[in-house]
Amino acid sequence: MISRRDFLQTSMAATAILGASSYGEWGRLAAQQALTQDQLLQFETFGNVSLIHVTDIHAQMKPIFFREPSINIGVGDNKGHVPHVTGADFRKLYGIEDGSPSHYALTSGDFTALAKGYGRVGGLDRVATVINAIRAERPDALLLDGGDTWHGSYTCYHTEGQDMVNVMNALGPDAMTFHWEFTLGSERVNEIVEGLPFAALGQNIFDAEWDEPAELFPPYKFFERGGVKIAVIGQAFPYMPIANPGWMFPEYAFGIRDEHMQEMVNEVRSQGAELVVCLSHNGFDVDKKMAGIVTGIDVILSGHTHDALPEPVLVGDTIIVASGSNGKFVSRVDLDVRDGRMMGFRHKLIPIFSDVIAPDAEMSALIDEQRAPYLDQLSEVIGQTDSLLYRRGNFNGTWDDLICDALISEREADIALSPGVRWGPSILPGQGITREDIWNVTSMTYGAAYRTGMTGEFLHVVLEDVADNLFNPDPYYQQGGDMVRTGGLGYRIDITKPQGSRITDLVLLKTGEAIDPAKTYQVAGWASVNEGTEGPMIWDVVENHIRNRGTVSVDPNNSVQVVGA
Amino acid sequence: MELTRRNAMIMGAGVLVTFGLPMSATAAGEDQIAAFTGGAEMGDSGITLTAPEIAENGNTVPIEVSAPGAAEIMVLALGNPTPSVATFKFGPLAASQDASTRIRLAGTQEVVAIAKMADGSFAKASSTVKVTIGGCGG
Repeated sequence: MISRRDFLQTSMAATAILGASSYGEWGRLAAQQALTQDQLLQFETFGNVSLIHVTDIHAQMKPIFFREPSINIGVGDNKGHVPHVTGADFRKLYGIEDGSPSHYALTSGDFTALAKGYGRVGGLDRVATVINAIRAERPDALLLDGGDTWHGSYTCYHTEGQDMVNVMNALGPDAMTFHWEFTLGSERVNEIVEGLPFAALGQNIFDAEWDEPAELFPPYKFFERGGVKIAVIGQAFPYMPIANPGWMFPEYAFGIRDEHMQEMVNEVRSQGAELVVCLSHNGFDVDKKMAGIVTGIDVILSGHTHDALPEPVLVGDTIIVASGSNGKFVSRVDLDVRDGRMMGFRHKLIPIFSDVIAPDAEMSALIDEQRAPYLDQLSEVIGQTDSLLYRRGNFNGTWDDLICDALISEREADIALSPGVRWGPSILPGQGITREDIWNVTSMTYGAAYRTGMTGEFLHVVLEDVADNLFNPDPYYQQGGDMVRTGGLGYRIDITKPQGSRITDLVLLKTGEAIDPAKTYQVAGWASVNEGTEGPMIWDVVENHIRNRGTVSVDPNNSVQVVGA
Repeated sequence: MELTRRNAMIMGAGVLVTFGLPMSATAAGEDQIAAFTGGAEMGDSGITLTAPEIAENGNTVPIEVSAPGAAEIMVLALGNPTPSVATFKFGPLAASQDASTRIRLAGTQEVVAIAKMADGSFAKASSTVKVTIGGCGG
């Protein structure tokens, strides 16, 4: 049995050992330029086709810090398999040296010290440099965007995605698929997609009324590259109207629709496709399951669950590539396609170390142009943090702990609920928190912070429902988010149990009393998928809280006891 | 009526109570299967039931059944208070033996389709459809 507390103790012990032996060394590594752009880009061009994959950028145009999760539990057949391997186990699995650039880029341990040494990651001007370098070696490389692109920042919200559209258009993808884009509302999505200079794909984007493929989003597109006929099939996030507010895009229906995927694969193969690439926003475990059911896909470029894997995962004859999130990575996949089939591949997950990779000047200028009208708003420092603020993790993250604190204090609630989304950069201890930082972890088109009465029984049902979206042993029943974060509420979760009996021992933390199923508690939360939710915007709630505190610190969170991991 | 947050939450609460936990099959469904098949053994090939894994809207869930060569296909939602959904009958001149419809599901449950083949044999397919409150998608 591994409790949440054990997890914390293990990770803290690891931090102490590493910190003692080499703290301060890593700072010099980057400073001495032990890491070079050439090293990061080094790749022996292979075969006749190159794919470039970016996904889940969440509107992060500028370099950021991004801590990968230390807790990412797999269930069913995926227990103990990547991406459900974290920290030291992940480094051991891939032979990654402690303190190395890959340690910093791919795992969570000792994050603050390594971040100070290696610096920020991402930045679309750096991504542009990498893409240009790959194109210099392989001019007809395909650039494919897995979606969650037009969402996640102050400027993206205020321009309704236009900032990202402008910047991505300059990067020049060949195709894209979707998820959070739809939360701009179908009218805005349709408007943007109609003007896109590249393919907007989704074999599972259907017209809700007629249950027929939506006209605006073709299922696939053919490309002729390196003498190879390539079909790229799009797979949008299957559970959009469930995980996000369906009332914002009522004309569209989604779903996994793997039978239709098989039909599309058969259709493109019969039209002569020699290479079939699926540009997917399914999430990693769903892609793995789909690869075992649908035959004839050579490459799945996987997005949604924000996993970054240094090697593709093979399922039958299909390779699955996971390229991280928030602009932190670019994947390059070179393929040898001959006689109508994929004979071999070479792959590299390129971490975008922003102090090592030179920014592309044109792209820097374009990014700054998008930000210029909002610079004063973006850069205002609201407060300081003594703690590392991050989001990723199955049960909580310090950013969400802070957001829950803000909801409880600003909205005078007993309990706070914060959605288990996986986007949002990290902030180092000692850093100022700007308005932009707050928006990076809260920005959305349904950000109202509600306050309402909920019975203990209802709270239990909510937790059970969300837990099943994460821990149902069948990936097709998972939605790819993390557990709803709770503030002021503790519980025990046995992830091996079926829905309805996973969650026990609910405790109201401020009194230490057990939650009474019949009693009504005041609950504050945000990101309700219900239409007409009222309340102040979550970014204002968080900003007020941080401003009032001046300096925030987040205590270790031991309120969730995990069993069966 | 103007939809206020309170109303939305109340509606959400009302829906939740029914959606919360998987609905277990009732005896009524089993009885109907027995009546349809006469207790005969059911194979698992020759029939395809296509249903979403998670319903976008539990009040209107699109499903599709296909059983080439079938004379009848019965569809049941085993967890509904009234499990019976439809029985499709195909005459000898039917060009294909498939049908699609939308069904209402009271909660997470198993949807079952049973085909009676022309030779009198039976085939069964089933699919679990989850009905969830949603939210929190990464």
